[in-house]
Amino acid sequence: MNLTMISKSLLIALPMLALGACSSTGDTDSESTQTATEKATESTADNTVQTETIEAVELTEEELMVQEYTAAILETTISFDFDKSMIKPEYIKILDAHAKFLVNNPEKSLTIEGHTDEKGTPEYNIALGERRAASVSTYLENMGVASSQISIVSYGEEKPVNFSHDAAAWADNRRAELTY
Amino acid sequence: MLLRLLLSLSMLIISAQASARLEILITGGINSGRPIAVIPFKWSGAGKKPENISERISADLQRSGQFSPIPIDKMAKTPSNSSNIDYALWHKMGVEVIVMGEIKPAEEAGKFIITYELLDVVKGNVDLAEYSPVLDKRRSTVKTAKLRQYAHQISDVVYEKLTGVKGAFLTRLAYVAVDRNSEHPYQLRISDYDGYGEKTILRSKQPIMSPAWSPDGRKLAYVSFEKRRSQIYIQDLYSQKRELMTSFPKINGAPSWSPDGKQLAVVLSKDGQPDIYILNVMSKALRRVTNNRVIDTEPSWAPDGKSLIFSSERGGRPQIYQVELTSGKTKRLTWEGEMNLGGTITPDGDSLVLVSRHNGNYKISVQDLDSGELRTLTRTQLDESPSVAPNGSMIVYSTVFQGKQGLALVSMDGRFKANIPAKNGEVKSPAWSPFLN
Repeated sequence: MNLTMISKSLLIALPMLALGACSSTGDTDSESTQTATEKATESTADNTVQTETIEAVELTEEELMVQEYTAAILETTISFDFDKSMIKPEYIKILDAHAKFLVNNPEKSLTIEGHTDEKGTPEYNIALGERRAASVSTYLENMGVASSQISIVSYGEEKPVNFSHDAAAWADNRRAELTY
Repeated sequence: MLLRLLLSLSMLIISAQASARLEILITGGINSGRPIAVIPFKWSGAGKKPENISERISADLQRSGQFSPIPIDKMAKTPSNSSNIDYALWHKMGVEVIVMGEIKPAEEAGKFIITYELLDVVKGNVDLAEYSPVLDKRRSTVKTAKLRQYAHQISDVVYEKLTGVKGAFLTRLAYVAVDRNSEHPYQLRISDYDGYGEKTILRSKQPIMSPAWSPDGRKLAYVSFEKRRSQIYIQDLYSQKRELMTSFPKINGAPSWSPDGKQLAVVLSKDGQPDIYILNVMSKALRRVTNNRVIDTEPSWAPDGKSLIFSSERGGRPQIYQVELTSGKTKRLTWEGEMNLGGTITPDGDSLVLVSRHNGNYKISVQDLDSGELRTLTRTQLDESPSVAPNGSMIVYSTVFQGKQGLALVSMDGRFKANIPAKNGEVKSPAWSPFLN
């Protein structure tokens, strides 16, 4: 949420700055002519004025994404309850953002990795991880994403993000990860 | 007095050396088996004894859960052959059987001559001419590098003589190690059954799962994610040759060799949910065995090759089922506990070894197939991937021990338990080899 606020204020402030700085050659009275006089790139015949360019303000790729799809687009981890593959309400926002992105960019493709905690056997967890990835895939497809844009892979309990063997680690490891 | 002090001091040094080498940490069941005396083998050569044969044998027999080797410091005498032995003395200590022997350098350098005898103390104590106390007596010339292996071979002979069941001490384990500090963190390794002589046969940047021995002990089937998706490979252990067996969309998992080595039961989810299929190893022809809207996984062949055991959610929580391969007739085998997973039938066909969840804890258990009675063998919480020794005497499984995932052994009767801690990283998915001799 903070990120959105910051980016919005930046989005308002930055273009104004740019507008103020990037003056045209015809506007010889603007302040910019006085502040940018180091090297002349174009001059009038009598050399009474000089103009200069500056670099345009560019948003980072992430900021552009946030602008278009909300900050939720930067989130790529969906967490699950023990032995469950149902998507919890707090992750809907994230999936909606990714769904919109994929619908707008049909040439992009997404891999959904399904992961589990270490409880239960590795083979059962491979199946459970796939069920989690499939549950995310189904949601995205229901939001209009083409199934051809999505591939899923289950790593079961084989790729934990938290290597400890306790309840906190198990919660961290029960997840689906979205990778482009 | 001085002599006794020196003696006890040297004993102390010997035991300190022994424990530094010991890789297995015993966690239960030391004194519950048949009392046996494995007397230190007499070394008649110069310098240090090349291998502590009796220590190997003693550890092997103890791990089976069926024998309780008496400590060396409880032995009043340490004879090395049956010609001058006081059976009454051993009988009084409650010892039933004695293993004793000698090791000496052979004429050829780098080789040793080992002789050993297995003695029945009860018969020896009765002392009747028609009942010889010598159950077995052998002699072999052994290369230095093979001394440890020969000790396991002696254990096999002793075990078979005393139980009537072939020993499984000359077998190996395959398992997956995860060493996160390594450039290739996922490693497939093989060691002797006691964790000794570890060798890495495959290193990968992506996970490796589910190693399974071919019945001839020459090959391993396993799952590799090296292409960022699951695929089943077979690797020849002697030639290193790898063959890609399946690479279908989604899950390719849980390979299990048929007893004749001609087929692999596998799990594929290409047609929807994970289901069991049988793959012909030569022709790669595929046959679907289960067809279900829920998870079916963990196929394992019955010893006669006529049916498969598998885990299924068809009844709600995962339970273990058996499907006859000709008729397709399926029956549920497990009813106790919150869920049951990872089943295999023991080599004698009488019991089902599985992972059973009780109060949220996963424990290795064994169910009698006739009576349905379920016994829990382990006490820890995260026990999984049980694999049974080819003679059915022991189970190796993975557990979390001292904050790390590692392997552990439990005897089939649950009496003996020991951990095999990993030297670096974590270890899981053990698979016990078939007989290799």
